[in-house]
Amino acid sequence: MKRVIMGTEAAALAAFLARVQVVAAYPITPQTVTVEELSNYIGRGDLAAEFLSVESEHSAMAACVGASATGSRAFTATSSQGLALMHEMLHHSAGGRLPIVMVNANRALSPPWNLYCDHTDSLSQRDTGWIQYYCCDAQDVIDGILIAYKVAEKVMLPVMVNLDGFYLTHTAEIVDIPEPAEVDAFLPSYLPEVKVDVDSPSTYGAVCGSDWYASLKYRRQEDMLAVEEAWRTEAKDFASRFGRLHPPVDAYLAENADIAIVTMGTADGAARLAAQALREQGVAASSLRVGLFRPFPCQSLLKAVQGVKHLVVLDRDVSFGAEGIVAQEVKSCLYGRSSAEVRGFVAGIGGVDITAYGLVEMVHQALSGSGRAGSLGESFWVEVRP
Amino acid sequence: MIESVFQNDLLAPGHMGCPGCGASLAMRYVLEALGPNTLVIMPAGCWSTFVGLYPSTTLRVPVMSVPFATTAAAASGVRASLDRQGRHGVTVLAWAGDGGTFDIGIQALSGAAERGVDMVYVCYDNEAYMNTGIQRSSATPPGCWTTTTPFTALKKEPKKNMVEIMVAHGISYAASASVGYPHDLMAKVRKAKGMAGTRFIHLLASCPTGWRHETQLTLEVARRAVECRVFPLFEVFGGVKWVLNPMPAKKPVDEYLVLQGRFKGLTAEGRGQFQEWVDTAWDRIEKKCRPCPADEPN
Repeated sequence: MKRVIMGTEAAALAAFLARVQVVAAYPITPQTVTVEELSNYIGRGDLAAEFLSVESEHSAMAACVGASATGSRAFTATSSQGLALMHEMLHHSAGGRLPIVMVNANRALSPPWNLYCDHTDSLSQRDTGWIQYYCCDAQDVIDGILIAYKVAEKVMLPVMVNLDGFYLTHTAEIVDIPEPAEVDAFLPSYLPEVKVDVDSPSTYGAVCGSDWYASLKYRRQEDMLAVEEAWRTEAKDFASRFGRLHPPVDAYLAENADIAIVTMGTADGAARLAAQALREQGVAASSLRVGLFRPFPCQSLLKAVQGVKHLVVLDRDVSFGAEGIVAQEVKSCLYGRSSAEVRGFVAGIGGVDITAYGLVEMVHQALSGSGRAGSLGESFWVEVRP
Repeated sequence: MIESVFQNDLLAPGHMGCPGCGASLAMRYVLEALGPNTLVIMPAGCWSTFVGLYPSTTLRVPVMSVPFATTAAAASGVRASLDRQGRHGVTVLAWAGDGGTFDIGIQALSGAAERGVDMVYVCYDNEAYMNTGIQRSSATPPGCWTTTTPFTALKKEPKKNMVEIMVAHGISYAASASVGYPHDLMAKVRKAKGMAGTRFIHLLASCPTGWRHETQLTLEVARRAVECRVFPLFEVFGGVKWVLNPMPAKKPVDEYLVLQGRFKGLTAEGRGQFQEWVDTAWDRIEKKCRPCPADEPN
């Protein structure tokens, strides 16, 4: 059934369809609609779940840990400051191997205080061990969250599903809502083998020695590296049932492309238009959307950039003192494996619009070697006040 | 006749607590009263370290070790999860020290109490951050030595009134207890178990290591605290009904202070001030517990 809904509404619908059992959340713009909708689904009795209006985001993740460890499917949502406040708990929940799914509305971190779209919030959490997926539209949100639960419960690792603040959270689009019975067939109930239970007493999170610690972390890394394949598998299964594919990396106008514009999130829309425009100008351009960011989908990316000579990587974020985070990851993946040149651009920080013509301009700069985009190893900041 | 208290005995031998650890007794008594259908959530602190090194545990009930600030929040999630699964009979026991309750854990506890989360929350109070080396917390009494309130800078601030803070949330049950009075403690825990909502017990757990008393005096010190009115025993029902428990004959505070090295920095004047602090706090509680005429509010 098709409806016109915003990204945040799509997220709430996904959690409803996933039959989440415990929702613990704290309000923060621009995620608010998601938790408001969920409190309504629960209040009306449409969703059989507990809703905890917790007193902070740190507590929200703690409550999800308590719920998930005792065998319930848990969900929360947050953004920027709230995500940052959760930082300790992000490490904890991933280390605790808990299949929690969280929606993060990408928003700039203060100070100064800015509510608009920026990826530094989630990207600066990339080392916590959470699987990270970036949605390009509201359909990607509703489908992505369902795939996220499937993958999470298969690999026993939490998943962060990211929505561009305002561009995706607050834009209404046509979304095909999956039927509940079909979702149940794709995503059965959460029945973990291991849980904290009085019937079989055990400890969770105990003190342990260095030997055990290292071994458990190694196993976690192995499991994390296997997630690219796990995501591909579940996305393929999803596609066979619902007719929509959400791959780790998604290429557009890829045939014989010389240059690829690499983006995450809604900027893919502008990138596709830019690629079309460049093709009309005789430039063999394509757009490449990174959907799965953690684990970094290196295998998928290498395959997608075969034959491509230039990568123009857009970062709506920066790692201060280094460069754009996506550019860093792309370069790291390509090192010794691809001869494509990578040029990074920082744009869209704090909610400045990314436009198709802006991207076309970036591509021309990258190809001509003009401006600072010519010096490899540095991200070029597109919009800066003098 | 020696009466054996323990039917359940959910604390197995071999925990790694200090000799004379009051907190180990605390857990033993509380679990005796709650029984095996109990799920324990504990933050960083003495207990989460001496409960055992993976893969061993000293408790015969499940234990979740959670980050320091999160005890009541994690417990909230556990409660919601168990209720969702229809397992209302499982007791959620949130078990935190004074640091994890009065200080870093207070926000989560306040939130859980406001929501009336169905759990028993026991704060085992050894009056400092003992696990990390005896640093002061807001539960440390005034005039007391700790490693961050050394003899050159003894603690000035009074002990935070945690029970009253919990009472202000209107929770179903709040009480103080001492490991020196195990029957009173267990009766309170059994009473709490039979009630709904957020139930809070402030449990004084003497600590030879941090309080600098001899290891065989753990129970004596915990009794003197009550006898000297330093730690009165009382209960508050529904946030409004205050009940003073039968108290032993009153002794001057010097009989409490003299047993503990942590108070040897107090001069005679300081001990006098300590007596005043104790007397003022006692008068306040006594007044609240006294039935009052209609025109004179508590």
